[in-house]
Amino acid sequence: MIPKRATPSAARPGPAILRRLAAAARWLASPLLPEDYLGLINPLWTAGDLCGRVEEVIPETADAATLVIRPGRGWVVHRPGQWVPIGVDIRGRRHWRTFSLSSAPGRPDGRVTITVKAMREGLVSNHLVRRTEPGTVIRLGRPEGAFVLPESPPPRLLFVTAGSGVTPVMAMLDGMLGGAPAVEGPDVVLVHSAPTPDEVIFGRRLRSLAARCPRLRLYERHTRAEGRLRPADLARLCPDWTARAVWACGPPAMLDEIAAHWTGPTDRLRVERFRLVPTVVGSGGRVCFTRSGREADADGGTSLLAVGEGAGVLMPSGCRMGICYSCVARLRSGRVRDMRTGQVHGEAGDMIQTCVSAAAGPIEIEL
Amino acid sequence: MPATLTSVDAEGFGRELDRIRDEVIESLGERDARYIRGLIAIQRKLELGGRALLIASWFPPAWITGTAALATAKILENMEIGHNVLHGQWDWMRDPKIHSTTWEWDTASPADQWKHSHNFVHHTWTNVLGKDRDVGYSVLRISPEQRWHPIYLAQPFYNALLALFFEYGIAIYDLELERIPSGRKDPKEALAQLRAVATKIRRQVVKDYVAFPLLAGPAFLPVLLGNLTANLARNVWAHTIIFCGHLPEGAEVFTEDRLEGETRGEWYVRQLLGSCNIDGGGLFHIMSGNLSHQIEHHLFPDLPSNRYAEIAPRIRALCERFGLPYTSGSLARQAASVWKRVLRMALPGPRQRPPATAPPVKTLGAVA
Repeated sequence: MIPKRATPSAARPGPAILRRLAAAARWLASPLLPEDYLGLINPLWTAGDLCGRVEEVIPETADAATLVIRPGRGWVVHRPGQWVPIGVDIRGRRHWRTFSLSSAPGRPDGRVTITVKAMREGLVSNHLVRRTEPGTVIRLGRPEGAFVLPESPPPRLLFVTAGSGVTPVMAMLDGMLGGAPAVEGPDVVLVHSAPTPDEVIFGRRLRSLAARCPRLRLYERHTRAEGRLRPADLARLCPDWTARAVWACGPPAMLDEIAAHWTGPTDRLRVERFRLVPTVVGSGGRVCFTRSGREADADGGTSLLAVGEGAGVLMPSGCRMGICYSCVARLRSGRVRDMRTGQVHGEAGDMIQTCVSAAAGPIEIEL
Repeated sequence: MPATLTSVDAEGFGRELDRIRDEVIESLGERDARYIRGLIAIQRKLELGGRALLIASWFPPAWITGTAALATAKILENMEIGHNVLHGQWDWMRDPKIHSTTWEWDTASPADQWKHSHNFVHHTWTNVLGKDRDVGYSVLRISPEQRWHPIYLAQPFYNALLALFFEYGIAIYDLELERIPSGRKDPKEALAQLRAVATKIRRQVVKDYVAFPLLAGPAFLPVLLGNLTANLARNVWAHTIIFCGHLPEGAEVFTEDRLEGETRGEWYVRQLLGSCNIDGGGLFHIMSGNLSHQIEHHLFPDLPSNRYAEIAPRIRALCERFGLPYTSGSLARQAASVWKRVLRMALPGPRQRPPATAPPVKTLGAVA
């Protein structure tokens, strides 16, 4: 049987009297939860269905905006550089996407920000940038990701970013340099690419930070005029780049080149890929979701996660790029193709990642 | 007049219905999501308001309005919200809080058990004797094809009792106890289900008849009576509406041979012939969980209920075009018709003919 309406508050430690009261409230609210009634007053009070309220939408460039979000009860404080799944209702349907948090953790106002660039034909990104009013309630997941700063940053850092790849780095810079810019502290280089000066997300903020803080060197690469950043340019701008701890976030081609030219220790180069690039298109097949009794035809280029969501199955999901394992489900029969590698795999009973697996023939999955 | 399949272009009818279905699915959006969320919010506020008023029920008008609000909330919760959410009508929104796999409701049947007996057994085999257990709920004789037994003389009495305790009747009915002797139901499974029902009933009983009355302190008794009245009112209302769905004059009952090689078009025709609508206004439709659009619901059990009223005129016109009956009547007329049938079938006859001897010819599948 599917676990129903797990109550995260049940396990929370607290004074015995509060726990008893909470238990009594659950009896009174049965078969619902007390928070289902609390949510009538303020949706941010429902911890089981973590919500956030968009309080401000600040335009950054012509097609990017920062959303200032007040997270509801149950929010887990993130580490700078992490991303968070965001659930948005568009035309009545919930869509989940992940966005890097662009604010440092522990802001005094308790709010967090994400900075979104509207992608061409990007349903969710366009909705967030252009059609989201302050007051909108969105769903939040848990902050995740290993593209983070260590507790105590190394003495010399290099960030290589392009486009919206600067957003997780903004959270890191904010944490390291955002306060009173002390002279003491790590030495930071940021090499950021954008088509034109106007299209630099956080352009003014970064420039003023660099002007105030001698520990930060900022290089902007305006690719429309200067062309794409190459590893050779990197060596010229920052001669000791392979001796630094590097965080790189941007388009796959840029990241691949950097990785190929990297001569330093592998654990000192950290890359974050924003978009899953399916390299192989498999054969597809009939997908049977055994618990919900739904079925759907899947092509070899669509993830089982997307197929399930399209069929109305309540699919668990997280990063949607094959790293967080929030979406795993048990395969009952058939084989799947890993959309990243093209490898066909899967035996009955395997836990497979639905977000990067496509059907390779007819399959049954326990969802 | 029974509609036989030979006289009807079932496939053409089915294609037209599929088109309507596709159109509705294509147009689902913001408006529908607002409808169900708004209704759920209204229902919860009504429930909270009703319970708050009942705590002040030393003041008689507070008892009356509180009980009425609570009964209304319970009816909405079971019918327009619970029944329809559990059908998966709102699964397309992908909201885990309003989803058929996570929903649990204020009735004795656990959602999982009810979904099996209702969504699968009843909606697939609608009105087929020996397949659809909802035909008479295994305790009533509602068709001449069911063999008469003296016990049925008491059925008007126990049908009234069933109305009062409908939620418990349905919970017991979902256990499929009558299938145990023939080995079609594992007694262990039935026992496990019974435990789940007992757990659920315990919570419901403690909540309505112990916890809230205790919370009211000196108003213990009026609160208990208010909650009892609200539950009984909800039961009687649900029983009335649900019985008007498949039992009034005009609803047909089928024999199993009708299922042989049944096409999608023929399935649609059977759903239509086995269902009856109830006429009424917008508020009535909501209070009936849109089961007043039983025909539309049986044709498209997973389309959001707020759309049934919109497509009803098109379905009716389609039936006219294809020469199919579309049975509809006022609540008073349909309920009277149900009771007439319950009373008539309590007696032997009218032309007793056990299903086994029914002509095996497919075109004679409709017999009522």
